[in-house]
Amino acid sequence: MDNIFVYCEITEGRNVAPVSLELLTKGRSLADRLGCALEAVAIGSGLEGIEADLYPYGVDRVHVFDDAALFPYTTAPHAAIITKLFTEEKPQIALMGATVIGRDLGPRVSSSLHSGLTADCTSLEIGEYEDKKSGKVYENLLYQIRPAFGGNIIATIVNPDNRPQMATVREGVMKREIRDAAYKGELVRHDVSKYIAPEDLLVRVIERHVEKPSHHLDTANIIVAGGYGMGSREGFDKLFELAKLLHGEVGATRAAVDAGFCDHDRQIGQTGLTVRPKLYIACGISGQIQHIAGMKESGIIISVNSDPDAPINSIADYVVTGRVEDVIPKLIAHYKNLTK
Amino acid sequence: MKSLKIAVLAKQVPDTRNVGKDAMNEDGTINRAALPAIFNPEDMNALEQALRLKDMCPGSTVTVFTMGPERAKEIVLEGMFRGADTGYLLTDRLFAGADTLATSYALSSALRKAGSFDIIVGGRQAIDGDTAQVGPQVAQKLGLPQVTYVEEILALEEGKITLRRAITGGVETVEAPLPVLLTVNGTAAACRPRNAKLVMARKKAEVTAWSVADVDADPAQCGLSGSPTKVKKVDSISFQAKESKRCTSSDEDIRSLVEELITNHTIG
Repeated sequence: MDNIFVYCEITEGRNVAPVSLELLTKGRSLADRLGCALEAVAIGSGLEGIEADLYPYGVDRVHVFDDAALFPYTTAPHAAIITKLFTEEKPQIALMGATVIGRDLGPRVSSSLHSGLTADCTSLEIGEYEDKKSGKVYENLLYQIRPAFGGNIIATIVNPDNRPQMATVREGVMKREIRDAAYKGELVRHDVSKYIAPEDLLVRVIERHVEKPSHHLDTANIIVAGGYGMGSREGFDKLFELAKLLHGEVGATRAAVDAGFCDHDRQIGQTGLTVRPKLYIACGISGQIQHIAGMKESGIIISVNSDPDAPINSIADYVVTGRVEDVIPKLIAHYKNLTK
Repeated sequence: MKSLKIAVLAKQVPDTRNVGKDAMNEDGTINRAALPAIFNPEDMNALEQALRLKDMCPGSTVTVFTMGPERAKEIVLEGMFRGADTGYLLTDRLFAGADTLATSYALSSALRKAGSFDIIVGGRQAIDGDTAQVGPQVAQKLGLPQVTYVEEILALEEGKITLRRAITGGVETVEAPLPVLLTVNGTAAACRPRNAKLVMARKKAEVTAWSVADVDADPAQCGLSGSPTKVKKVDSISFQAKESKRCTSSDEDIRSLVEELITNHTIG
C-alpha cells in the first residue's frame, strides 16, 4: 500500500519502452523522497526474465502478467488488470508513458477508479497543498506540472483526495538512469485469468505494421533543426548535409512541418519529440515556447537567425545573426576545411 | 444493414495555435477574449467519420454533443451545417470548472439520456488541453469498448466495425464490436465543407440546451466539485536567459565559431 507504480510498456521484440525506464528512474527518486517502495507492472506475452531488465532501475517489486492474449496491446484486458491490481495494492502514485498506449489506458483506468489523471507532465515533484475553501493542508502530494493552453502557460495540478495520483509523461522528458546494476527486487507472477474476463477480448488486432524509425533524434548527440525561416524543402536539404557531416540528425519545428518543409516524424516541441542532445543548432527558428519546451535541455544551443531579437536567442549559447542561406553553407565549408 | 444511431462529441476551443502577443494578460493569465473560439480540429475529423458512417448506412442519424457556455451552441449548428441531424448543448453553471473526469461524467449522462448510440465518435484530443482523456473516460462510464487514434473506417458490418489506427511507429487494423466509442486522429480525412442548403435551412435552428437536472446528473459529480484534480497554480512561461556569444555571418566569424566548437569537443 502507498507505493509508487509504473506501468511498463512492452514493445516489439519484448523490450521495455524507453519511456517506461525513464519513469522508473523518476519513480525511484520520488519513492526515496517519500520513503516508499517502487513497483513495476509488466503486461504482455513471453515475459520470462523481464524482471532482470527492471530491477537495476531500483524496482522493489515486479508484477508480471504473462499471457498470449495480452500482446499486442488492446485496451480492455490491460485496463482490467491495472484497475484490479490498483484496487488491491492501493498505490499512492501511478505513472505511465504518454504514448499511444499510455494515453489510451490511463484515462480508462482513472475513470474506473475515479482518480485524477494529468496528461503529458513535464515535471513531477513532491510538495504540500492547502485547500483554500476548507483550509485543509495536504502533505507530500504529487505536483503534476504540465504545459497547458497550447503550451502558453505551465500549470501545477494536484489530486488531494483521490488515489492513485496518476500522471503520464512523454518519452525523453525524464532522464533514464540505472540505480544499481545489482539491485534485487521481488517477482510476483499473477494468474491472468483472475484479472480478465472473456468479454475483455472482443476488440481484436488483426494486422500490425511497425516500422523502424527513420531517424534517431531521441539519442542523437547533435541535432540540426530548422524552422519556418528555412523557407523550403530545399532549404532543409542543406540541414541534412550539415547534420550528416556532424553525424547528427535533422529536426524541425511545427511551423516547418506544417509548411511541408520536413516530415512530421521529425517535429520537435510540445506536440512532437522532446530531445536533449549535446549540441542543438537552431536554424531559422524564432523560438515559440511550444518548440523551446522540446529542446531547452540541450547542452549547447546555437541559434542562426536573421532576426537579432528572435526569442530563441535568449536561451542560446551562441547567436549567429545572418541569413540561414549564407550561414549554413559557410558552417559546412569551414567544418570541412578545419577537419581535413 | 440496419441504420445506426451515431453521436459526435465536439468541443469549442480557443485557437491556441495562433496565440498573439495580446493573448496573455500581464499577470500571466489568459486573455480569452483575444482568442477566436473554434471547432476543435480533431473533432472536425471525428464529425467527418460520423458523416461517412451515415453515408454508408442510409437512414442513420448523427447527433452532436457539446458542453460549454451559451455560445458553444455554434458547435452544434456547425455540425448541422455539414450534415449532422441534431445536437445538444450541455450548459449549466454547475458544469463549470470540470476536469476531464467531470466532463466525461456530464457527457456520458447526456448520451444516456439521449438514448443508446451504436457508435460514439470524438476527436482524439482538444487543442486547449491536449489530454486525450475524455474519449476513453466516456467509454468507461458507458461500459463500451474504445478504439483511439483512429485514422480510417475500413469496413462496417452488422454489429462489427474494422478500423485502421495509428500506433507508435506504425499502424494497426482493429476489429471491434458495436456499440463502440472511437477517437479520431488529425491524420484522418478532413471534414467536408458546409452544405449551402443545410446552412439556409438551419441557420436559425434552435439548439436544445440541457442542464445538470435535464440529464439526471448528480451535481456533486459535475464541474469543479466533481473534479479530482485541482489546479494548484498557473505560471506564465519564462526561460532562464543565458549569456550568449554573438557573431555575424562573416567568413571570419563562422570560421572562429567552428574552430571553437571543435576545440571544446562539441563537434568533430
